[in-house]
Amino acid sequence: MVLFGKRVPIVFSLVIWFVVWELIGRAKLSTIVPPFSDVVAAGMTILPTEKFSAAAAISLRSFALGMALALGIGIPLGVAMARVAGVGKLLGMWVNIFVSAPISALVPILMAVIGVGEATVVVTVFLFAVFVIILDTQVGVRQADRSLVEMARCFGAAPYQIYAKILLLSALPEILAGVRLGVIRGVKGVVIGQLLIALLGVGELFELYSKNFLMEEFWALVIVVFMFAFLLSEAVAFVERRIEYYAGAR
Amino acid sequence: MPAEAIVEVRGAGKSYDGTVEALRDVSLALPQGGLSTLLGPSGCGKTTLLKIIAGLIPPSAGEVWVKGKKVDGPGPERAFVFQDFALLPWATVLRNVAFGLELRGVTPEQRHDIARGYIEKVGLKGFETSYPHQLSGGMRQRVGLARALAVDADIILMDEPFSSVDEQTRRKFQEELLDLLKIERKTVIFVTHSIEEAAYLSDQIVLLSPRPGTVSRIIHPAIERGGKNPDEIRRDKNYLDVVDEIWQILKRYVV
Repeated sequence: MVLFGKRVPIVFSLVIWFVVWELIGRAKLSTIVPPFSDVVAAGMTILPTEKFSAAAAISLRSFALGMALALGIGIPLGVAMARVAGVGKLLGMWVNIFVSAPISALVPILMAVIGVGEATVVVTVFLFAVFVIILDTQVGVRQADRSLVEMARCFGAAPYQIYAKILLLSALPEILAGVRLGVIRGVKGVVIGQLLIALLGVGELFELYSKNFLMEEFWALVIVVFMFAFLLSEAVAFVERRIEYYAGAR
Repeated sequence: MPAEAIVEVRGAGKSYDGTVEALRDVSLALPQGGLSTLLGPSGCGKTTLLKIIAGLIPPSAGEVWVKGKKVDGPGPERAFVFQDFALLPWATVLRNVAFGLELRGVTPEQRHDIARGYIEKVGLKGFETSYPHQLSGGMRQRVGLARALAVDADIILMDEPFSSVDEQTRRKFQEELLDLLKIERKTVIFVTHSIEEAAYLSDQIVLLSPRPGTVSRIIHPAIERGGKNPDEIRRDKNYLDVVDEIWQILKRYVV
């Protein structure tokens, strides 16, 4: 970012917004917006508490389980849809519907079917993340260079070698893009799932703080969740950038 | 002329969806140790014929025999050099050259040793750790050639290997290919649409007619290569006669 002819770090734009936030808070325009410094102070007090770490642990576990399921099912399914014409035809339309559908609307039904508990949150995370992973994997494998597959066959590759050494590596840039989008959606899934259930993890804390008008704590929690989602997606983006050189060279 | 045929094509035909006929009743004998070219205008099915010999495409009619065995798929006695190079973009030159051996389960030390040898033979020493996108088109095709040589196949199938390489690089490459083949003693089947390239390289030229591809003529250029440098060959009377003879046949097919 360049400001008045000088290079300033990107963080500076955040600083500006925090200052604006602080001023609005100090002006006492709304009880919903407390000064930023109070939010930070509240964050400092809730972060070390046992209640927060317990909530974070439950949320992280649901998130990790849901994401693991989404990766473990989404990537193989995407590969199958790209390689087996029947599977692609059978599931293509459904995946395209669900990738754009508001999954949040399904959570109450999930609660009714699976029950009010961690399993519902795991399934919510899974449903939020899996479709974009399937879709991107499918696109990546479908776009894999046919002549590389032909080359591998020519040099005597067994079918599993064609998958492991050609197709998955060829599709890696698209798969990672899908994983990054899946991670972002998964974070939404865990928060929305827990909010609707309102008895679990971070969702329970959100409910607690907003019902009792603990706005400092509420905003502190929002920032923590935002940071978590951002850092996670940046971590995947970092891996993506490292393999970019061959995505462009294909 | 070596007499023993290492590849025999018997009445091969290929049609797609039962309507488009790419090849019809092609019969050929390709001599061991020789360089045979499949030459013809675009759309004559020369690449299809090469891929049938490679076992990548099954013929709709007829059969192909390689070293006395009927072809029903790719085999270790045949290696392919691709028109678009078909290099793994995520792998170094060393891993690309060793890839055929990697697929066969050769240990890393062994296959890298062999690969290093061929990288040097094709003139890429020092580029072992480069990636394909860092190389020029000509250098990439050298990697493709080294990969085909590394699996120690008897027959090397080359599908217009120099068509995406500029003219100067192409000439240099042709000369080096002839030198290399003298040492390696391979049988080469070479697809090209360049008359000069065919006349310059080949012991036997198979002319194909277009749509559906059939064998139109087989020419054995009698060019004395012994002791001559490449520029002398390109001025040789026999070489020029062959180029002219081919052109007289092919120009009937050009609309």
